[in-house]
Amino acid sequence: MKPYLKFGLLIGVIIGVIVWLAVGGVNETKTYYKTISELHHLSNQGLEHNFRVAGDVAENSIVRNGHEVQFTLSQDCRKAQAGCAADGPHQQFSLKVVYAGIEPLPDTFKPGAQALADGRLGPDGVFHADKVQAKCASKYEAKPPQRVASQKASL
Amino acid sequence: MENLGALALLLAFCFSIYAIAASLVGKWKKKPFLTVSAERSVYAIWFLVSAAAAILVYSLVSGDFRMAYVQQHTNRAMPAIYKFAAWWSGQEGSLLLWAWLLSNYCAVVVFTNRRRFRDMMPYVVSVLVATEAFFLMLITFVASPFHVLMSGKAIVDVLDGNGLDPLLQYWTMVVHPPMLYLGYVGFVVPFAFAVGSLITKQPGDAWIHTTRRWTIVTWLFQSTGVLMGAGWAYAVLGWGGYWGWDPVENASLLPWITATAFLHSVMMQEKKGMMKVWNAVLVSATFFLCIFGTFLTRSGIVSSVHAFSQGPIGKYFVSFLAVGVAATIYLILDRLEYLKSEAQLESVVSRESSFLFNNLILLASCFAVLWGTLFPVISEAVTGEKISVDAPFYNRVNVPIALFLLFLTGVGPLIAWRRSSLDSLKRNFLWPTIGGLSLIVVLFALGIHKLYALMSFGLCLFVAWTVVAEFFKGASAIRIKDNVSFARATVELTHRNTRRYGGYLVHMAIVIMFIGFTGSAFNKSVTAEVPSGGTLNIGHYQLRVMQIQDGENDNYQWGRLVIDVSKDGKPIGTMQPEKRFYKSSRSQSSEVAIRRRAEDLYINFSGISNASQPGVEKKAVVQAYVFPLVSCIWMGYWVLLFGTLICLIPSKNRLQYPKTQVVGIATKHATVEK
Repeated sequence: MKPYLKFGLLIGVIIGVIVWLAVGGVNETKTYYKTISELHHLSNQGLEHNFRVAGDVAENSIVRNGHEVQFTLSQDCRKAQAGCAADGPHQQFSLKVVYAGIEPLPDTFKPGAQALADGRLGPDGVFHADKVQAKCASKYEAKPPQRVASQKASL
Repeated sequence: MENLGALALLLAFCFSIYAIAASLVGKWKKKPFLTVSAERSVYAIWFLVSAAAAILVYSLVSGDFRMAYVQQHTNRAMPAIYKFAAWWSGQEGSLLLWAWLLSNYCAVVVFTNRRRFRDMMPYVVSVLVATEAFFLMLITFVASPFHVLMSGKAIVDVLDGNGLDPLLQYWTMVVHPPMLYLGYVGFVVPFAFAVGSLITKQPGDAWIHTTRRWTIVTWLFQSTGVLMGAGWAYAVLGWGGYWGWDPVENASLLPWITATAFLHSVMMQEKKGMMKVWNAVLVSATFFLCIFGTFLTRSGIVSSVHAFSQGPIGKYFVSFLAVGVAATIYLILDRLEYLKSEAQLESVVSRESSFLFNNLILLASCFAVLWGTLFPVISEAVTGEKISVDAPFYNRVNVPIALFLLFLTGVGPLIAWRRSSLDSLKRNFLWPTIGGLSLIVVLFALGIHKLYALMSFGLCLFVAWTVVAEFFKGASAIRIKDNVSFARATVELTHRNTRRYGGYLVHMAIVIMFIGFTGSAFNKSVTAEVPSGGTLNIGHYQLRVMQIQDGENDNYQWGRLVIDVSKDGKPIGTMQPEKRFYKSSRSQSSEVAIRRRAEDLYINFSGISNASQPGVEKKAVVQAYVFPLVSCIWMGYWVLLFGTLICLIPSKNRLQYPKTQVVGIATKHATVEK
């Protein structure tokens, strides 16, 4: 039994170390997905978390200012999205984002595109992103009108 | 045309249902003609799916814009090669590519095994064809590539298509997806043989011997696909990242990890008859992770830069996975007694043990990556909040794992089976260890104080040393005995045992890649706004923007920087990063300028500031990076390719091996191989 005991101990140590690393890694980098409307309803204690926000880049909102890029993300609750905390007449939400990361903004990042911003919400309500992704590459699937129009061939 | 294509797919689907039924019924009722007819219908499926694929490709290349798929993914101005590549740039087309590749594999398997494994083949065929049927069902009923554009009841013919995303108009994108798919799809075959052998309670390890070469080839395709994706990201995305732990990248990495673990642990089964359950689990896990990867990229379950289409096909994949995994688990549990180990672990310092830890650590890495990828889904289910983890999580877990693996890469192959004496350890590892440690001391003295980087370089030298020493020892012996030159002796040595020495070369390739990965600890980057005539310094380099040009052609508008580069005051040439705006797809792309040397100088023209304000001087936003050693990653790939190909060459000393093609005899392969 002795070698098996040794193996058991070694395996235990290895798995323990990996779990320890993983738990630390999760706590350090976890990012909460929030919609823009949820961010608007957030209390101040939420400010210390990392957030990932999705939205449409508002037309004519991209401003380049030195290293920084500013833009506005918007969410339209009339499009019936999940997680939309619409209150009364308030149907459209927007969020001012400042990005000053190392990576250049992706080429697909442009007005009207869907984008994801990772970062923290400042007390002034401006979102400071350290990473911005835009829906890109593999697929621009059919735009809705075509999807409706395209129907199955005779089969 | 499109009707013919859809009809071919529908017929292929019917044939595949028939093939499953016929081969199973033929087996149970002992009617060989039924099993043979099932195998024949595999050829029919191949023909039909090929015809459908040919029709789609013809429509893409000839620009039949009545078809939705053609209209969405091509336009008239595109070069023909990208029109062809548009085959796999959308969901429907890539599912068709999956089905087509699988039908090829099925046909090859049925043809090469037409006289062998008569008792096992019906099951192998049914597993293969069941997978094929699943994909055919998707492209026939759910996501057909042969839809036409209609308005009301009339077919619409539009003048031009949307065009392919400019990011995808890059040569690796023509090769990368088929390579990955060849790797993904290929793992169906070892899995099918494993299942066939479990069902028929094969006493030996026939399935492992039959599928070994197959596994290596598909593993090579997977490696090629993954690295090519990395190479594409590096050259195209504009910030020099080759790996971002994006869900899609993770999806391609997961089956590669389990496949690598499998390639190693099958040796335990071949040589010692151990780890049989484990191998059955690994090969199934690899297969399901391949399907899972396709599912992940196609269902939109996790958000990613790869912008998944939120298609309706997710639920089909989940059902397929659930049924498949459940059936496989049941099968393995039911056959546990046939998978009993023939030997026991004896010592912690032994070859067996190094294989065991290699597997443990690979699986841990696989699990960590899977966990991280699915974290948003899991956390949402458990806490109701969607939480994601980021690149630092993956690096934190995987860097130590990778270093430990690198260590095992050096130790494993040289340690003896069963148990190793202190003496032999000293003989093999004394000098490599001293070498590695001295390198660490020297680098530390030179001012490198990053722990992981130091460890990585030290381990790289350690492993490289052991590999070179192995070649040197073997070749010297041959050189003295046969009185030939050293180079000839090395070739002879490799030829005598291609598996072993090819494997060493692959290990060497991994070492070279690790040197490249470690280089990323010393990356530098500078972003600045530079007017025409201005300069920018990074590392040893000085960049002077000579001109800011712009212009346009039929396809795109462009802006270009002409930058004179000098290193330590000496001019070394001009670099011209470019920014393009494609007219038809209305999207931008960057053409970065890269000077590939021991350290890459990488310049991206990321835009013009003050462009819209009149009267203010235009300034170019320049992002400059220095990436030391990154070329090692691509160089390592060529060594990996070479080493893997050598593994595939039959060894010269064939007679030394036991006859492995005999089926149904529980041969204990007492091997002569060292």
